[in-house]
Amino acid sequence: MKIIVCVKQVPDTSGKVAVNPDGTLNRASMQTITNPDDMNAVEAALKLKDATGCKVMVVTMGPPPAAGMLRELMAMGADEGVLVSAREFGGSDTYATSQILAAAISTIGVEDDDIVMCGRQAIDGDTAQVGPQIAEKLHLPQVTYAADIQKDGDTVTVKRMLEDGYMTIKVKTPCLITCIKELNAPRYMSIDGIYSTYNKPLETYDYEKLKDHPLIDATTIGLKGSPTNIFKSFTPPQKGAGMMLEGADKETCEKLAGILAAKHII
Amino acid sequence: MDFNLSREHQLVRKMMAEFTENEVKPIAAETDKTSQYPRENIEKLFDLGVMGMCVPKEYGGAGADPLASAICIEELSKQCASTGDIVATHNGLCCDPIIMHGTEAQKAKYLPMLTKGHKVGAFCLTESDAGSDAAKGQTEAKLDGDHYVLNGSKIFITNGYVADVFVVFAMTDKTKGTRGISAFIVESSFPGFSVGKHEEKMGLHGSPTAEIVFTDCIVPKENLLGQEGKGFKIAMQTLDGGRIGIAAQALGIAEGAMEEAMAYTKGRVQFGKPISKFQNTQFTFADMAMRSEAGRLLTYQAATLKGEGKRFTKEAAMAKLFCSEHAMLTTTKALQMFGGYGYTKDYPLERMMRDAKITEIYEGTSEIQRVVISGNLGL
Repeated sequence: MKIIVCVKQVPDTSGKVAVNPDGTLNRASMQTITNPDDMNAVEAALKLKDATGCKVMVVTMGPPPAAGMLRELMAMGADEGVLVSAREFGGSDTYATSQILAAAISTIGVEDDDIVMCGRQAIDGDTAQVGPQIAEKLHLPQVTYAADIQKDGDTVTVKRMLEDGYMTIKVKTPCLITCIKELNAPRYMSIDGIYSTYNKPLETYDYEKLKDHPLIDATTIGLKGSPTNIFKSFTPPQKGAGMMLEGADKETCEKLAGILAAKHII
Repeated sequence: MDFNLSREHQLVRKMMAEFTENEVKPIAAETDKTSQYPRENIEKLFDLGVMGMCVPKEYGGAGADPLASAICIEELSKQCASTGDIVATHNGLCCDPIIMHGTEAQKAKYLPMLTKGHKVGAFCLTESDAGSDAAKGQTEAKLDGDHYVLNGSKIFITNGYVADVFVVFAMTDKTKGTRGISAFIVESSFPGFSVGKHEEKMGLHGSPTAEIVFTDCIVPKENLLGQEGKGFKIAMQTLDGGRIGIAAQALGIAEGAMEEAMAYTKGRVQFGKPISKFQNTQFTFADMAMRSEAGRLLTYQAATLKGEGKRFTKEAAMAKLFCSEHAMLTTTKALQMFGGYGYTKDYPLERMMRDAKITEIYEGTSEIQRVVISGNLGL
C-alpha cells in the first residue's frame, strides 16, 4: 500500500503578491510555503503510515526550487518525492495541471490498495479543481472535503465537512481524497527526518518522461494549451478594519441594525 | 570560507522557528509567571529528536552536529530562554560527556534513555564553596566493593528536580586536588539521592534549578565516567561545549528582544511618527544587528570547530562572553524603547532582561571567560 500526496508550493500570502505581465503569478519574487490544505493531506498520509507502515510519496508540479519543499515533506516523514518540472508545463491552468499530474501519478502506478490525497484547494488559485480532475482522469472514485479518514482493509470511511453539515462516505481503494484543515494539525519536521531527507529518493519527471503518456495531450498543456485565459490580475484594495459589536442583547442588535440601515445595507 | 548554513542546518532553523512560534511563544509568559517547567513542550522536543539530537544514531539520537544543536537553542531562546536552557543543559552537559567519555555499556544504557526514553539529563559540578573555583568541591566518592558511596551536595543544578540522569563530579582522592576529582553517572532513583532546595531565581523561571543532595548515595562502580581522577578534565571539556549552548541561548535572547522592539517601535507613534523612524532608534538597532551578527559568527565558529573535532576552548569562551554581554545590553536597550510599558509584565522585555542576566554568570562567569581567553593567548 502507498499513499501519493499531491502538493503545491504557493506564495506566502503574508508577504507581497506580485503578478507577471501575462497575468500569472511572479513566483520567483515571492516567499513560498507548502499549500496549507496540502499539509493536512500530507499529515493524513503520515498518520496512515504510522498506523499501517505504508509508503508515502509526495508529488508536486513546479519549478526546480519546489524540490526544497519536497525535501521538507520528506523530513516530516514522507518516503519519496517526485518533482514534475519542465518548461513545457509552465503556466498550466487546472485542466492542464491535473492532466500532467494524473500522467505522473499513473507513471508512478496506482495499485489496488493505494490512496491519492490532495489538499482541498490552493491558496493562490482557490479553485479546488485539480484534485477532482485528477480523480476523473485516473478513473478513481473521489471524496472531497475530508475532515476525518479511517481505513479498514480496502475500505476508507471519510467524513466530509460541508457547509450545512457532515456526510460520511465509504469508498474502496484505490481512491482520491481531498483534505481540509479540520482534518488534523500537520506535524513538524523532525531532527532525524531532516538528517535523512537528502538520502531519500527524489525523482524529476520532465517533459520527455511524460510526453508519450496517453493522458498527456501536448496541445492542452502549459500556458498556451490551457483553456483558462486570465484577462487581468490585480491586488484587491485593502478592506477597512471593520467594526466588532459585542453582546447578545436587544440594545446591541438595534445598534447593529442602525449601522446597517445607515449604510443602506438593509 | 563558507559562511552559509548547510541545507540541513537551514531546515533545522526553519523547523525550530516554527515550533517556537507555535508552541513556545504562546506559553512563555505563563511559564515565567508560574515558574512551571514546560513539560509538555520538552516532551514534544523529545518526540522531534531535539533532546539528545547529537547522540549518534545507534544510541537513539539523530547524530546531529553541535551547530544544529546551537541553532535549536538559539531559536527556542528567542521566545523562552528557559526552554533553551533545559535543552542546552540536556544536550551539552549531560549527553555530551557520556558520548565523549562513556564506555560502550554506559552509552548503550544511558544514551537511549536520554533520547527515545524521554529521560532528562543534568550536570552536577557547582557546590556552595566551589563555584568558579570548581576544583574546591567537597562532595566525596568512596569506593566500597562493587560501588562508590557519594556524600555531599551540589547547588544551582539546572533540570535539578526534573532530571533522571546526572553527570556528577566528586572527589575520589582529596589529597590530589583536581587530579582527585572523578565523574559519575548517577540516576535519581539510586539510594541516597535526593533533591534539596528549589531555587527561586531572578529569571529563567521555567528552568528547574535545585540543590542535589547525596547521602551515602550508592553508585555502581561501572557508573564511573572516564577514569578515576580524570573528572576535572571531563568537567572542563564539557563546559567548553556547554558554553556554545549558552552563547546560542544568549544570542537567541538578544535576537528575540530585538524582534520585539522592532515590531513595537514600528507601531508606537510619538511626536507624530513611529519611533522606529527616529535616528536614535535606528542607530540602536544598527548596533544590535551588528552585535548579533558578530555573536552568531563567533558561536557558529565555535560549534563548527567542535563538530570538526578541533580545539575550540578559546572560541567557545569568546562566543559565550560576547553573546551574554550582548544579550544583557540588548535586552536593556530594547526595554528602554518600550518606555514604561517595557517595565511591565504586559510585554516580554522585562522577562527577557531578567533571563539575559544569568548568561553572564552560569557555565563560567564573564570573568572566568576572560581568564580562559587570556589563558589561551600565550601571555
